[in-house]
Formats: sequence, structure tokens, C-alpha cells
Amino acid sequence: MPVKEQRQAPPPEITQGRHPMEKYLRMDRIPHIWCAGCGLGTTLASFLYAVDDMGLDPDSLAVISGIGCTGRVAGYVRMDSYHTTHGRPIAFATGLKLAKPYTKAVVFSGDGDLFAIGGNHFIHAARRNLDMNVICVNNLNYGMTGGQVGPTTPLGGRCTTSPYGNFEHPFNLVYVAASAGAAYVARWTSLDVRRLQKAIQEMLSRKGFSFLEVIAPCPTNYGRRNKLGSGLDELRHYADHAVIKHGADLSETDIIPGQDFLVGKFVDSEKPTFWEMYQDKVAELEKRSSR
Amino acid sequence: MPAKAVLSGVHFMNGDEAIAEGALAAGCRFFAAYPITPQSEIAERLAARLPRIGGTFVQMEDELAAMAAVVGASWGGEKAMTATSGPGFSLMMENLGLAVMTETPCVLANVQRAGPSTGLPTAVGQGDMMQARWGSHGHYELIALCPYSPQEAFDLTVRAFALAERFRTPVLIMTDEVVGHMYEKVEIPEEVSEASRRRPQGPPDEFLPFKPDEDLVPPMACTGDGYRIHVTGLTHDERGYPDMSADAQDRLVRRLCDKVRLYPDEYTLWEEHSLEDAEVAIISYGISARVALRAVELARRKGHKVGLLRLVTAWPFPDELVRRVADNVKGLVTVELNLGQISREVERAVRGKVPQVGVYHPGGRIHRPEEVLAGIEEVI
Ligand SMILES: Cc1ncc(C[n+]2csc(CCOP(=O)(O)OP(=O)(O)O)c2C)c(N)n1
Ligand code: SF4
Ligand SMILES: [Mg+2]
Repeated sequence: MPVKEQRQAPPPEITQGRHPMEKYLRMDRIPHIWCAGCGLGTTLASFLYAVDDMGLDPDSLAVISGIGCTGRVAGYVRMDSYHTTHGRPIAFATGLKLAKPYTKAVVFSGDGDLFAIGGNHFIHAARRNLDMNVICVNNLNYGMTGGQVGPTTPLGGRCTTSPYGNFEHPFNLVYVAASAGAAYVARWTSLDVRRLQKAIQEMLSRKGFSFLEVIAPCPTNYGRRNKLGSGLDELRHYADHAVIKHGADLSETDIIPGQDFLVGKFVDSEKPTFWEMYQDKVAELEKRSSR
Repeated sequence: MPAKAVLSGVHFMNGDEAIAEGALAAGCRFFAAYPITPQSEIAERLAARLPRIGGTFVQMEDELAAMAAVVGASWGGEKAMTATSGPGFSLMMENLGLAVMTETPCVLANVQRAGPSTGLPTAVGQGDMMQARWGSHGHYELIALCPYSPQEAFDLTVRAFALAERFRTPVLIMTDEVVGHMYEKVEIPEEVSEASRRRPQGPPDEFLPFKPDEDLVPPMACTGDGYRIHVTGLTHDERGYPDMSADAQDRLVRRLCDKVRLYPDEYTLWEEHSLEDAEVAIISYGISARVALRAVELARRKGHKVGLLRLVTAWPFPDELVRRVADNVKGLVTVELNLGQISREVERAVRGKVPQVGVYHPGGRIHRPEEVLAGIEEVI
């Protein structure tokens, strides 16, 4: 699916307080709960623009979230949307997807949800190459519960439960995803709205387990405690350090505070999905029994 | 493995296999689980059977995932089941709660073994009865059935799917290692009526996904049905939208409980043996009730007028039934493979009107009929 390279000036609705992607939103639930300057709004918008640009029927999509600020995404999209339990959106999506193999399953959740409490489900879904699209908004901490340290908090990061600076080694999410077998892996910052949209369109048009990490500001918690300024300042800070390198060696993609880090598309491969392998088995059994 | 969904005819199988076959006969086409003895035969049979009849089997990475996948598959429109034993049952509590809160029909079989913790892998126990009732957080109702033979394991599994769809709630099959591994004759009827799901009729823009019908159960719109609904484990209103008020909580939780609680006639199953002239009633369930039956025989031979009330439905607890039986006897004996769980319910229902003796064992073996007999003689 080609991506429009250039979008025109923002439609007039934006300046009139309406959202151009309103048709995909539960407008009766707006205003949303997210803080001003949070990276979640733009990430969600990129997803909706992707759906719109591809002309996807919303009934062919299911959005599944865990618990957290990111987990609230499921509550705002006017699609079949499931706000599940903390850490389990991928496991829930596994059942939903296998029951409804032609639905496009989009999992939207946070770094804590997908990689701390839900880490095991993530690596196994990637290993099985389940046909699902996982978007992780990585704000480097647990936003919803007030800014605790999480599995992606960089070394030295100050959080409510790392008051003297984080001393745990963080996960590098794209490296984890690729090692576990994800067929598509990309990372962008939430400033890169067009690239995010393009990545999401690629994910939605590929089969297999695809993973997108979105480095996003959380001005209320991580940004404030680490003196990164407003949401916009924090976003600029990440964007300034982001260096595009498609296909980079994943061992070089760590995020180290104060240093540049790599963004881009790191994996884009094809291999049979869980469902395809299952269907092959079924066909094999049928052939055997008809002999 | 046969490529036939309903294995009509007479078979020799164990309780676990009967649960698997009951599920298939009821229309279950999705099974997710994590290996654990003494549940393995359920999973192994379904791993062999499901791919041949258009269903899906998936072995998940743990029981948290298995239960979550079952809830997801049910929203995807399938009849879905999982099966486990003690340690896995504990892990399933989280998403069992999600199923309750989101009104997701699904079936969970717990082939009980002796706990706590890893306990006795994998010898019989009935120590998860209270966990079945209260294991997930918050206040809720669900249905739990206790088979005492492979035949009943089949029949109750079929029934469990029908009840899950009828009430839009998880239904538990609380069996145990001995019934699970016991081989007996299982008769499977020619036709088993598949449980049907109540789906919405009207246009999507008028549909309120959590607005109940008169019987307090809302019709269910599944993924891709065109209703574009939101489903959340948060307290929600009739639109399915989060509502963080105490009033919304009151309305929702009461309805979730009432939709089950108010219809006991539809799910309360039991069996009475020799209670007509009984002066002592044994109250038991599952494998323990089978031993108790033998004890009734022994007691009768000794001239004691003893009968048995076998509870098939453990939850919601059949208070009235137990009271009625208690009203006609001079003593009660509860027999179970724990140190007194269902007996607390009996006590609560009977309110001390009749003396009660508990014949308890924490599991690892079933009771000896003589132990039950001693309990009978104690209460006489
Ligand atoms: C089992 C369980 N443990 C803890 C919580 C509390 N909790 C809610 S959201 C959250 C963290 C969310 O962090 P993340 O996934 O990074 O999402 P964010 O809010 O940052 O978007 C936690 C720990 C919970 N809801 N369930
Ligand atoms: S707490 Fe952080 S992640 Fe949550 S809405 Fe506010 S800025 Fe966004
Ligand atoms: Mg986070």
C-alpha cells in the first residue's frame, strides 16, 4: 500500500477543535484523559490516519489494549475494542485472532504492560509469529500509576520508585522483538507522525507478528522527574537524539541517556504465521485421511 | 483420531477425555491451555481432535495467557474452553475476573489435585472449592458443576457451555484427579444440541452492548459483527464505557450477580439417594460423593437410616435445597477432600438447626467408606 508522501495543511476542522479522524473516534468519550503534551494522542492519530489512508473497513479491525495510559487507546477508537487486563492484551488477542483469523488485530499498550508483566506473552506471540500488530508506546516509565521505574527506564532515570536514579539494565525493545522472532520491527519517536503512519500501514499490510516501538514523552511523570521540560521539550529532546538507520544491527540500538539512539525499520521479513502453519497441518491431516 | 465432532455411541474413556468430548459436542472450537497433570488428557485429546474438525488448539505460555486467550476467543465468536489444575487455577483467577466483568461466556475445567502450592502432584483433592467461588477479586457470581463420573463429566461439560451462553458468565467444571483418570462407560447421544449465543438484532447505532434484556443478560456482539463496541474490565455503563462512580459500580455488580442468582432453577443440579426415610443425610460432591454412596450402603446394612444429598452444582450454593434436606433429618455429615469448605456453606444454610459432622481429608487419597461411616455414627 503506497503512503502519501505529503499531507496537505491541517484540515480546518483541527483549528475548530474537531479531529479530522473523528469518524474513527468515540467522540462521546472525548475529552480524553491524557495529559497535555503526552505522546499518546499523536500516536493514536497516526494509527487512524493509517487506517484511513488504507481505506480499511473498521469492522475488519480489532484494537486490544492492556492497562495503563496507553491502554486507554482501546476506549477511544470507534471499532471493536477491548480493554483487557494488565499485561494480557497479547494473550487476549491470540484467542481473538485465532477465533477470527481475518480480523486485523492491533495491540496498543505501554512498555510496562507489554514488557514487564506481559513480557512472556510478547516473546511467545513473536515466536509463534501470530499475525498481529503490536504498537508499544514507550514512555520509559509507568505513566498511569504515577511514574514508577519500568523495564525500559534508562540507566539513571529518575522515577518514583528509583528516586536515586535507575540502576537496573533496561530492555531494548526492538532487540527483544527481533530476537523473539518478530517479522517486522520498527522504532520511531512520536514526533515522526508520518513515519509512524507509514510504519503502521506496513504493519497492517504484512502478515505475521509486527512490532512498533514509539518513543513518547510523558511530561507529567518521566519528563518532569528527569528535568526534560514540557511535553514538547521532551519530545524535541528525543527527536534530536534520534538517528535514522534502517536495518541497523540491533545490538547497536540501545537507548542510553544523553547519547544518540537509532530509529528506523530494523526487520521486515516474511515467514509463515501460526495460522498458516496450523492450516498446513489441517490440510496434511485431511489428505492423509482421504487416502 | 476421529474427524467427527460428536462421537455418538458408547465409549470407554476417562473423565478428562469425557470433558474434552463434551466440549466438542457442545460446539467448543477453541481450546487454550498450559500443561499440568492431571488435566493433560483433556488437552492432549483436544490437540488431536480440534484440528480435524475445524477448531483451534493452542498451547499457551502459561495459564494467565490460556485464560486470557479463551476470553478473547469467546469475543471472537467461538465457544471456548480451558482446563487446568490447582497451580494453574490460581493463575487463571485474573482473567476469570475479566470474563465475569465483561460477561464473556466460557468454560474452565479444574481437575483438582491436592494443594496448597505444588502440593501432591498429582493426587486427588477438592481443596479449590472456595477458590472457585471467591478466587478472583471483587464480588461476583458464577456457576460451578461437580461431576462424579466420566459420564457425568461429559454431560456436565455440555451443560456448562449451555449455561455459559445463557448467563454470559464463566462456568467452572470442578472435577478431581480420580474422576479425571477413572475409565468408565460413556454414552454419547446421536445429537447434542449446541449452546446458542444471544446476538443483537437491531441497528448498530442504537445498540447498547451492556443493556440487559429482561432476564438481566445483554445480547452479545462479537468482533466484526458491525457493532463496533467497547469492552472493558473497568466498571462500565450500558454503552460499555468506563464509569468511575459508585453508582455505576452498584448497578453493574448487582446486575452481574442477580442475573445468575435469580435463576437457580436453571442451573441447580443435585441427586438424592435414600433420603426418603433418612435420619442422617450425607452431603457431598464429586468423587467424595461416590465414596459416600458406599458408606450409605454400609450404614443401612448396620440398620442406620442414612441417605445422601449429592451436590452437582456447588456454586451458586443451593441453600434452599440443603435446608429442605436438613429439615427432615437429625444430623448431617459433610464429606470432602479438604478440611471443610463446602461444609461452611452447609453450616451457613442450615444455621445450626441440625448437628453437623465433617469427614475431611486434605487430599492425596480418597476417603475410605469406613471413615464416612464413623462420621455417621458420630452424628447419630
Ligand atoms: C495486575 C496488575 N498490577 C498492577 C496494576 C496497576 N497498573 C495499572 S497501569 C500500570 C502501569 C502501566 O504502565 P505502562 O504499561 O508503561 O503504561 P503507561 O501508563 O506508561 O502508558 C500498572 C502497574 C494493574 N492494573 N494490574
Ligand atoms: S501520565 Fe504520562 S503517559 Fe499518562 S497521559 Fe500523562 S503524560 Fe501521558
Ligand atoms: Mg509506560
